[in-house]
Amino acid sequence: MAEKILLEAKDLVKEFPAKGRKKVHAVSHVDLTIRAGETLALVGESGCGKSTLGRTLIGLIPPTAGTVTFEGTDLTALSQKELAPYRRQMQLIFQDPYASLDPRMTVRDIVAEPLETYGVCPDRAATTQRVRELLDEVGIPEEFLYRYPHQFSGGQRQRIGIARAIALRPRLIVCDEPVSALDVSVQSQILNLLKDLQERFALTYLFISHDLSVVRFMADRVAVMFLGKLCEVGTGADVYARPLHPYTRFLLEAIPQADPRLRDDEKNLLQGEIPSPIDPPAGCRFHTRCPYATDRCRTEPPSLRPLEGRLVACHRAEEL
Amino acid sequence: MDEYTLKIEHLSSGFFTERGYVPAVDDVSLTIGKGQVVGIVGESGCGKSMIARSVMGLLKYPGRITGGSIILAGQELTGLTDRQLQPIRGKDMAMIFQEPMTSLNPVVPVGKQMREALLLHENMSKAEAKAEVIRMLSHVGISEPEKRYNAYPHELSGGLRQRVMIAMAMICRPKLLIADEPTTALDVTIEAQILRLIRDLSRETGMSVLLISHNLGVIAQMCDKVYVMYAGKIVEQADALTLFDKRAHPYTRGLMDSVIRLDASPQRLPAIGGVVPNLLRLPAGCAFAPRCPHAREICHTERPELEQIGPGHWCRCFERGRS
Repeated sequence: MAEKILLEAKDLVKEFPAKGRKKVHAVSHVDLTIRAGETLALVGESGCGKSTLGRTLIGLIPPTAGTVTFEGTDLTALSQKELAPYRRQMQLIFQDPYASLDPRMTVRDIVAEPLETYGVCPDRAATTQRVRELLDEVGIPEEFLYRYPHQFSGGQRQRIGIARAIALRPRLIVCDEPVSALDVSVQSQILNLLKDLQERFALTYLFISHDLSVVRFMADRVAVMFLGKLCEVGTGADVYARPLHPYTRFLLEAIPQADPRLRDDEKNLLQGEIPSPIDPPAGCRFHTRCPYATDRCRTEPPSLRPLEGRLVACHRAEEL
Repeated sequence: MDEYTLKIEHLSSGFFTERGYVPAVDDVSLTIGKGQVVGIVGESGCGKSMIARSVMGLLKYPGRITGGSIILAGQELTGLTDRQLQPIRGKDMAMIFQEPMTSLNPVVPVGKQMREALLLHENMSKAEAKAEVIRMLSHVGISEPEKRYNAYPHELSGGLRQRVMIAMAMICRPKLLIADEPTTALDVTIEAQILRLIRDLSRETGMSVLLISHNLGVIAQMCDKVYVMYAGKIVEQADALTLFDKRAHPYTRGLMDSVIRLDASPQRLPAIGGVVPNLLRLPAGCAFAPRCPHAREICHTERPELEQIGPGHWCRCFERGRS
């Protein structure tokens, strides 16, 4: 695996204004590195801030504080104009293939748009030819060139979204729940496609998902997020075989296993709901749901520290 | 008294559209015993939700039941008018949906919505009904039920809303609960809580459950018996252990192979090629034949019947056991 760092976030904060003088603490002091050529998965439950973090990392949302460095350049210090050449190197694939494609545009125009915006091809004919090649790369037959999004299935639409995302030959693609809206059999096709494209075009993925099975298949490294903070970062193999953070452990145990012999009526379930990001708990943000919380967890926020070849934010990681 | 809570025989239902009849459910037979949890698994458009709506009498024009019978606790439901169904719906059978927000009234506090069912079906005063609602809210694990009684749906989280839906469905102690993708919109830790709640309620009260899901994990964890559906037909049925151990139909096997394992990371995932067929233009032979890696000539020309291949194990395939 490549060790070169492509993107690095330091002390990244994103807050949104809420009712009154309150703030939604969507991303709170996150440090994260993405290495060239890897798939880093960002996993967590809804509202944990994973999509906001993904969008802040590629400059779609300006951070409240902190820096994002892309190959040594601090993106947060750049003007919108200066940011443009970096933007084309960072693309996004969306969750909902029904909402993310303009229903009034043909497939040709949808995929051609980024090419035209950046003036990649000399003329219209060359652009159309390039669109054909891109569609071929994602498995959409070229006779569908002038069809509209509603004439495609969910899986085909997601392929079109992927063709658009790879059109500018980006370095980094943020995949935000790219298969959550798809049926299982189609889901496998899209995941395989993403892996093939990664190999072919040396892509780096930030793969955002709530689905731990999908993450297991896709990720080289996994970052687990809870309420705006990272709890654990490590290789997929390490994190799944021996999760160190209690939240990671509960997440993995909660997955319904597709084997009736593995039914466990007594298994330990995480109680309660996710606290509000408007008023996050003091200390460790997970302490209100954590059965192992002590007084220290209730007052002192744990930092993300190295342990057993990964990073963990838990005061009690060693003893548990 | 019938031994089955629900007995569906040769049910067909579909939509009459401008482009022709869409056979969403084609000759489906299914039984659910008392206290049993029975699953229907399949992908979008396979007809699984259409069965649920047929049973509940919730098909809207242009959808219609075109044949067969649905017997709930000994009573035939097909042919009943909406008015005749009303005392049964909500009382003897109830349904919960994937997205509780679409089935809750956004402008009425949840407690009041739940009370309606009791005032309609049970001979209770308003005060008695309110007490019963609060008892039920607490029973499904909602803290501070007196406070939640007056909450509007938008004030609750997704998990809480689904608990409210379950409490609402349970309030008249139905014989049958139909749960259509009840946890698909929920996070995994909340999903586990809701599944356990449904199972515990079924065990406690002897209520039967028809669980509809695309998720084989949910099916494996919950169901006694499972029906696998493809393009409107049942292609395989067995008790859960048999189905997962001795999966016979190529579609069932394709689905199960697509499940990602957590203890390994292969370079590629097995996938079922192609897409679900258009119900308006079903192939002449087996509906799965165009996607099936084992299809022979006969599979493209003739439609296989559902045949028994083991104790309680049925499969609709010419090639089963050979491929």
